[in-house]
Amino acid sequence: MATDQATDDRFEGFSSDDKLARKRLYGKLFVGICFLATISGVVALGALIADLIIESWGWLSWNFLTYPPSPSEFHYTDGRGAGIYPALVGSIFLIALTAVFTVFLGVGAAIYLEEYAADNYATRFIEANISNLAGVPSIVYGLLGLALFVRAGGLGSVLIAGALTLTLLILPIVIVSAQEAIRAVPDSQRRAAYGVGATEWEVTRDVVLPSALPGIMTGTILALARAIGETAPLIMVGAAVSVFNPPAGLFEPFAAMPMQIFEWASQPAGEFQHIAAAGSVVLLTVMLIMNLMAILIRNKYETEL
Amino acid sequence: MSEQNVTQTESITQPQTTVADDATVEPMAETIIESRDLDVYYGEHQALRDISFGMPEKQVTALIGPSGCGKSTFLRSINRMNDLIDSARVEGELLLRGKNVYDEDVDPVALRRTVGMVFQEPNPFPKSIYDNVAYGLRVQDKDDNVDEKVEQSLRRAALWDEVKDQLDSSGLDLSGGQQQRLCIARAIAPDPEVILMDEPASALDPVATSQIEDLIEDLARDYTVVVVTHNMQQAARISDKTAVFLTGGELVEFDDTQKIFENPENQRVEDYITGKFG
Repeated sequence: MATDQATDDRFEGFSSDDKLARKRLYGKLFVGICFLATISGVVALGALIADLIIESWGWLSWNFLTYPPSPSEFHYTDGRGAGIYPALVGSIFLIALTAVFTVFLGVGAAIYLEEYAADNYATRFIEANISNLAGVPSIVYGLLGLALFVRAGGLGSVLIAGALTLTLLILPIVIVSAQEAIRAVPDSQRRAAYGVGATEWEVTRDVVLPSALPGIMTGTILALARAIGETAPLIMVGAAVSVFNPPAGLFEPFAAMPMQIFEWASQPAGEFQHIAAAGSVVLLTVMLIMNLMAILIRNKYETEL
Repeated sequence: MSEQNVTQTESITQPQTTVADDATVEPMAETIIESRDLDVYYGEHQALRDISFGMPEKQVTALIGPSGCGKSTFLRSINRMNDLIDSARVEGELLLRGKNVYDEDVDPVALRRTVGMVFQEPNPFPKSIYDNVAYGLRVQDKDDNVDEKVEQSLRRAALWDEVKDQLDSSGLDLSGGQQQRLCIARAIAPDPEVILMDEPASALDPVATSQIEDLIEDLARDYTVVVVTHNMQQAARISDKTAVFLTGGELVEFDDTQKIFENPENQRVEDYITGKFG
């Protein structure tokens, strides 16, 4: 059809032919599959949240947030019944303590590997192993924490043992993401500082760290958001499920939300399923707030300067 | 010839005085940097071979040559920026006022306080204009009269009038040419003796380039300037001495710029300058 209108043998117009049409079709199919893949994730998340909200409807109250767990499955409007308060505060303490350990160890290791370590076989060996550690299942870290901190360290099943175990779990992820943030600082910035007579320490402090900080913080917060939902290591370390107060110190027994939810979910009485769902909503909310913080920090520093 | 020049540019008073200055300064210029049999290796690869020549004080020395000839490597060996490259190794001597900067007792950080540097890509810090200029003063513990020195350096870098009302805004908000002048201000603020420039105008547009060139000539009144450039016209315009490096890391010819461009001794240099290769 196009050739009919062509006045020249070499010029065949710009209309589509069969081959081109088929390529277009493949392209559309491909886009369709990719779109479905995207949607399935969103639908699954939506279904999960909807299910949690329906299950927990009426059970998630101020009293739930401020009362300790109770053997009674009944939901009383006067505030008696199961609450998540010790586990909520326990989880926040746990994650705050983990954050302190992780920032020191993770960022320290990343700075050393990127800025100071010689590029030799030993360094590459260490880096490869850190990447491997990121893939180790959390239950294994739980066993390690149990052996190292609870038993050998003689700490017992206390808050600091839980925090150290979670630190081990997310440390590889934090190191790798901090390394990436440090590597993204352009070398021209380092040269500029060396060029005016700065020492290695001044270059790291004044140039590398300020530039890498948003990336380091984002990676760390995302890793901590993952850690707050970890259950397996806490089972191994022995987080408590029937404490009625938040941990009073570093060496006190502690409750944590994922552990508490797991405990509620395994209760025979049906009402506990609603309580577990309410606990999950609280846990997810805390996690989403942490993710939101990470995004806000990233945006703030990306627009600044 | 000079009489004609003066009559042509009578309305401008500047050339007359600079001609006079040059005439008195040039014969007395002392060698401040001297390279003696300098070899630089990157691992097994030899980037510079037996480089020997001296650069005069308070003049502009241009290093020219094709890509990969080692001219930037030579520049970086003056303030030991090559130390930052793990595989780099230096043999021979590089004397600054008679002192070999590769001696055991030389601290490269202290050396870089005397030998400032400006790089190819403008690289201001993501800080305010003021903090950019003040950074060198801060790390060198020259904490007195910082305000005054910042203003002086910005004036010296011909940037003050453009930025005096926005010293607190980010150095990254400036144009490329302004950023490069900011980097020059940052380099001169701690008052070094020598300023090294590694193709300082190659990333800039023609107007910004000519501003940088004017600035380089002007800076040579107070500082010794060593500038790497791949632009031969630029070398001819701004430098007093020119060193020609050719492929293989050899220094082929070093002489007065005028001599190099009008009547080079070496055939390869002539070929390079007339554009037959490179």
